[in-house]
Amino acid sequence: MSTTPNRWKRFADWDERPLRLDKFAVEDAANGFAAFTSPADPKPGIGINASRVISLDGVLEHEFDMIDLFIARHHIDPDIAPEAMAIPSSTLARMLVDMHVPRQELVRLAHGLTPAKLAETVSQLNALEIAFAYQKMRARKIPGNQAHVTNAKDDPLQLAADAATAVGFGFDEIETTMRVSRNAWSNALACAVGGAVGRWGTLFQCSSEEAEELRIGMAGFTSYAETVSVYGTEKTFIDGDDTPWSKGFLAAAYASRGIKMRCTSGAGSELLMGFHESKSLLYLEARCLCLQRAMGVQGTQNGGIDGAPVTATVPGGVRELMAENLIAVWLDLECASGNDARTTESEIRLGAKIWPYLVGGSDLICSGFGSILKYDNSFNPSLFNGEEMEDYLVLQRDFEADGGLTPISESTALDLRARAIEALSAVQEELGLATPTADMKQSVVVASGSDDTRSFSPRETSVMSEKIKSQGITVVDVIKALAKRGFADEAENLLSVVRLRLSGDYLQTAALVRGGKVLSAINNPNDYLGPGSGYRLSPERREEIVNIRDVLDQKEVLRSEAMHEKEEAKRIRYARVKQADVSQDSKDVVIGISPGFGLKLFQTTAGHRLSDVLLELVTAISARGLTPRIVRFNHTADTSFLGLSAAGLSGSGVGIGIQAKGTAIIHQRGRLPHNNLELFSNAPITKLVHYRGMGANAAAYALGEMPEPIIVPQHGEAMGSRYHARTAMIYAIETALTSESAVPEEIAIEFLGRRA
Amino acid sequence: MTKKLGIADYPLAETQPEKVIGARGLALPDVTLAAVIKGDVTMEDLRITPQALRAQADIAQAANRGTLAQNFERAAELVNVPQDFIMATYELLRPGRAKSKDALLEAARILRETYHATDMATYVEEAAEVYERRGLFTFRF
Repeated sequence: MSTTPNRWKRFADWDERPLRLDKFAVEDAANGFAAFTSPADPKPGIGINASRVISLDGVLEHEFDMIDLFIARHHIDPDIAPEAMAIPSSTLARMLVDMHVPRQELVRLAHGLTPAKLAETVSQLNALEIAFAYQKMRARKIPGNQAHVTNAKDDPLQLAADAATAVGFGFDEIETTMRVSRNAWSNALACAVGGAVGRWGTLFQCSSEEAEELRIGMAGFTSYAETVSVYGTEKTFIDGDDTPWSKGFLAAAYASRGIKMRCTSGAGSELLMGFHESKSLLYLEARCLCLQRAMGVQGTQNGGIDGAPVTATVPGGVRELMAENLIAVWLDLECASGNDARTTESEIRLGAKIWPYLVGGSDLICSGFGSILKYDNSFNPSLFNGEEMEDYLVLQRDFEADGGLTPISESTALDLRARAIEALSAVQEELGLATPTADMKQSVVVASGSDDTRSFSPRETSVMSEKIKSQGITVVDVIKALAKRGFADEAENLLSVVRLRLSGDYLQTAALVRGGKVLSAINNPNDYLGPGSGYRLSPERREEIVNIRDVLDQKEVLRSEAMHEKEEAKRIRYARVKQADVSQDSKDVVIGISPGFGLKLFQTTAGHRLSDVLLELVTAISARGLTPRIVRFNHTADTSFLGLSAAGLSGSGVGIGIQAKGTAIIHQRGRLPHNNLELFSNAPITKLVHYRGMGANAAAYALGEMPEPIIVPQHGEAMGSRYHARTAMIYAIETALTSESAVPEEIAIEFLGRRA
Repeated sequence: MTKKLGIADYPLAETQPEKVIGARGLALPDVTLAAVIKGDVTMEDLRITPQALRAQADIAQAANRGTLAQNFERAAELVNVPQDFIMATYELLRPGRAKSKDALLEAARILRETYHATDMATYVEEAAEVYERRGLFTFRF
């Protein structure tokens, strides 16, 4: 009786994949699980009487809830609505992806479009069309990115160091929050100082309770805010303890303090909060976004955000996140386009999620790229985190796309961290907050995450934070402290950020600071009108992006080979004897070596010395009473032809061809070039024991036997990605040595310093 | 900054820094590190002014961003409103905080009469009207 379960084991394999940790939901519009459309969504429509909106998406004015009412009074432009609403949504959809229709024209029409019309229009685009339209419609030309800078201990030294590294990587904004809410002031001071190291212009926010956040802003530590949430149903809004009017008031309050602000909204929040009215995620989000334009905020943090993971459980959910971002930019809002919450455990889903934003650009591609490790992210892990930073840098390089980040060297990172920690320590000492020890500082400089640090405890930080607040310490005190202790550059940088609020230039739509200048949708508008227009990588920027660490060139390969040359000279000697001829001795097996074998190249890609490889082959052939003959071919470096040429000279008719990188073949006279006896194509995983087996099998074929072929076991390694750059460079060195008419050379080898 | 500004005037800090003047009369080019170290610069000198916000409102309007311009206009009115009153008004605007229309109308009156924040006052009055219609004056906790 068999006890084998009746199940294809592949499903058991799949059970073990990270993907299966993701849970998926059935589409169920009645219960709010519908991405693009729901039977409960209204049909688009508008009624206007004497410049007054009297109906909106099928709801009459006297039945307006507060969201309808706010949109009707503050978003809809009654002069434009009749014209815009008369255009079929299929036409609007085509205009969005038509590169000849300028962004401004679509933005003008959006002032007269209702939420249902906006949703109906973008629903008609597939994911690629949404991405294309987003690239065309986003407000600012140059793309940017935002980082989360937090840690599990609220340790200010680490915050300063991580803020400085985030600035070094090129983030335009950094956002912090706390594990313990009373640590807000300490977090703010630490990030403000760390963010002033290296260059100026990185905007900074400290996400905390509304009133506290505004106070911290007024003390000059922060320069923007984005946690002002809005929702798409009235009941959710009220449960969120706000109304469109209270949030709109807050928007004016932030601007009145010279602080940049955007709202936050994203699909799934109404679903998570239980009041979705059975409407689709996209329709509710369209309402949120119209509200935000109506309130007069310059931008939005949008694209699921906290609701992104639940949205990604629904069919089409990830496409929906893209669609809502498109509505945001169509409404002319700066878009910090989500890509913050970790929507999946699958790295494939994750990479697919970021791709359109990376390639098409966004005002802020991530509204929080976790610049720290996952466990240090007090917002919860981001889509990308400290762990995956280099993957992102390589994606930029792969697609020649500006994801807003720039690779930095190890020494630069270390310098920035040390400088930030010294600067913050000086400020803490000057202001009588704390005196960090050398050990604390050193532990943080090198720490990848807070598990590695011996620094302030959360309680010590709380004491500091309370002091900053109660003593009324402001950014002016911090600037003075920095200057007094010799951190003039950092003092100047910090002052420059605070000075931004005097003119308010950075309050305009999609503003960031690059090279000491404010760039926004006003002076850096997206002017995409097809190839050659819009944002393009400059040669200088491309150079920054491609300059990742540890890249190979041929010089590097030759340098590494030269290191092995001396070693090999002590182990083996190759001597040219004469031109090699066809042998009549049926006992000989020719080992055909490539032009650079042992002359320019000395190890296989698996790292075996060529002397050891030859020793294995020779020993195994000799063990069967046959004679191994070494012949160097200079007319080819190709494995098949090396093997076939070797077989042609061999008295037994069997030959081995082997390249310096270790790729080898057993061949037989008279066969077609690519119809060999055995091929050893995966040199990087071919071990000495396999070369011994190769020798033995070649001997067996020569003796007329039929041996079991040698199988080099492989485990699915991405051989090409690991080795092909080096392999191609090595092979180029070999092919450069070939010449068509070169004759084969009989080589006598001598193994030195050991018994062959 | 009396004439309407346009897109070409942006950014103000670059096109006319000497006209960007803080609350105590310190112009942008005078807000230097040396001045901070001397103690000549306080947080008051680093605050945005109603003039700057109105200038940004002009620019936003010129860029066809009417609602943003209105927000800047309302913000200009709030610059000189004390923080405590701002926070109290915000609190009143949250659901269920005001028990009736009257509290909001009183806040609107103060905004209009004491702080000459007429747009903001109208905005709060509109909230009072909507909250009454939608039953938001009910006790929530």
